Amino acid sequence: MSVPARLAMSLLVALGASGTLPASAFAAAADPLASARWEEMRRGVLGGTAAVFDAQVKVLAPANAENPTQVPVTVDATALADVAEVVVFADFNPIVEVLRFYPESAAALLGFRVKLQQSTPLRAAARGADGVWHVGGSWVNTVGGGCTAPSAAAASTAWQSRLNEVSGRQWQLGAERVRLRLRVVHPMDTGLVAGTPSFHLDDVELRGASGERLMRLRLFEPVAENPVFTIEYRAPGQTLVCTGGDNNGNRFSARIAP
Amino acid sequence: MIRWLCAGLVCCALALPGAAPAGDFDYALQARNVAPDAYAFIGRDEDFDTLNGGNIVNTGFIVGRDGIVVIDSGPSLRYGRQMREVIASVSALPVVLLINTHHHPDHFLGNQAFADRPIGALPGTVQAIASDGDAFAENLYRLCGDWMKGTEPLLPTTTLRAGRLDVAGRSLRLIALAGHTGADLAVYDETSGVLFAGDLVFNGRAPTTPHADIDVWFKALDELEALSDSPGFVALVPGHGAISRDASPIRQTRAWLSWLQASLREAAEAGLDMNEVLTRALPAAFVALPVAASEYRRSVGHLFPAAEKQALDHAH
Ligand SMILES: [Zn+2]
Repeated sequence: MSVPARLAMSLLVALGASGTLPASAFAAAADPLASARWEEMRRGVLGGTAAVFDAQVKVLAPANAENPTQVPVTVDATALADVAEVVVFADFNPIVEVLRFYPESAAALLGFRVKLQQSTPLRAAARGADGVWHVGGSWVNTVGGGCTAPSAAAASTAWQSRLNEVSGRQWQLGAERVRLRLRVVHPMDTGLVAGTPSFHLDDVELRGASGERLMRLRLFEPVAENPVFTIEYRAPGQTLVCTGGDNNGNRFSARIAP
Repeated sequence: MIRWLCAGLVCCALALPGAAPAGDFDYALQARNVAPDAYAFIGRDEDFDTLNGGNIVNTGFIVGRDGIVVIDSGPSLRYGRQMREVIASVSALPVVLLINTHHHPDHFLGNQAFADRPIGALPGTVQAIASDGDAFAENLYRLCGDWMKGTEPLLPTTTLRAGRLDVAGRSLRLIALAGHTGADLAVYDETSGVLFAGDLVFNGRAPTTPHADIDVWFKALDELEALSDSPGFVALVPGHGAISRDASPIRQTRAWLSWLQASLREAAEAGLDMNEVLTRALPAAFVALPVAASEYRRSVGHLFPAAEKQALDHAH
């Protein structure tokens, strides 16, 4: 990180800590996505701790999302050093938090799909070695209704026998770089459709052959039905073990060969 | 099958806020004479918006000895009414049947203008209009604005089946197919040799795929192409795009779908994420095709999850 960026950041840390300086003195803190709910997000989702807007945290999503139940998102915080945690959230979603991931030995990168209820800033905040949230994001326009549309699973019971079924595949992208794509069968019901309670994957983790953890994820209702994740790491040629469960206590474990 | 409450939302582009439509909401429909007693109204090669009012679709009619058979009713009540006025100016005979080729909103939302007449469709189309019709209408209100005023989904009153239909003193061949949706009806007028192909065939415009099953669609195209080779064939009216005197739009539709299917499978096999698939460039052959870029993006949303599932399920 450049020196000026560090300076700006420490000023913001100071502001976050004291909270007494007039906001007008820090025009740099203006939300680049100009959301009326940013301050609420900062206090709620980020726990009121120091946060800076940082273009190094990239949130890739279509500017116009055709299908609000399956909006593709790629979060890339690999430009930051030592990312411990990334939280993804959508300011105007009825359930704001989408997921959190802890890259551990994997890259600070995650591809997945989200349900959006209306047009909203879609953001990722990455907590780096400095303990500060680095916030990136983009605005996604959508016709909406993604969170109150019933899951496809709600229309039939065929999925029940396949609940938590995992399919995954690894691709060697370079000498060291490996990509995993992972799909889990789950309705991911938001609880916002009358008569269908919240039912969603809760935790997922991925370990290498020797048991070391590559990544841990905490998932919330807005993650799209039958989630598909794209994850990258430097552990070529290993059989991975993926374990997880949902908020109803259904657990799963699957091995994914190299 | 109810996929999503918002199934109707996915087949259409987002409307850009912008210029207001003409104040009189006149679609300026012109009946093109395709062959003796067979006519078509040809829509624009565009996405739905507040300027075209949804007139991006082809509809048509056949003037028989005793009456008129109408094929599809357009995107709105206003369209249906204006269409019926033009039809009345061509022939004083009564409309005896309106056929809905499939359940997409631009093909049946003008039904109210024919509420006093029998409206027929395949059983699968009737079911799909019943389940998705309201969401479709809502979506077109959003995309086309006041052009839609007064429009509500009106269900077909009779179900049609494949085979010969003698109506209005005319012999029609009803060809029950699928692939663009779960139920696609092509109508072949034996007398004029005009094939109304519905949305199984697009001409000079990228096909839409919100309810597509591409392998099934290929079979339908094969059947229609065989028909276009038969002796009496004169012209094809596609669901969208210009009238054709040969099978070239069938081949064009097949070429797009083949490329789309192969490209999505290959992307899934290569481990690409949906965002990476969305940003891929179109091949040179399709770059200039109207609405190719937007239909490609929509098709990725509709079809990539299945390609991806197949690639992941068959990993090892
Ligand atoms: Zn259609």
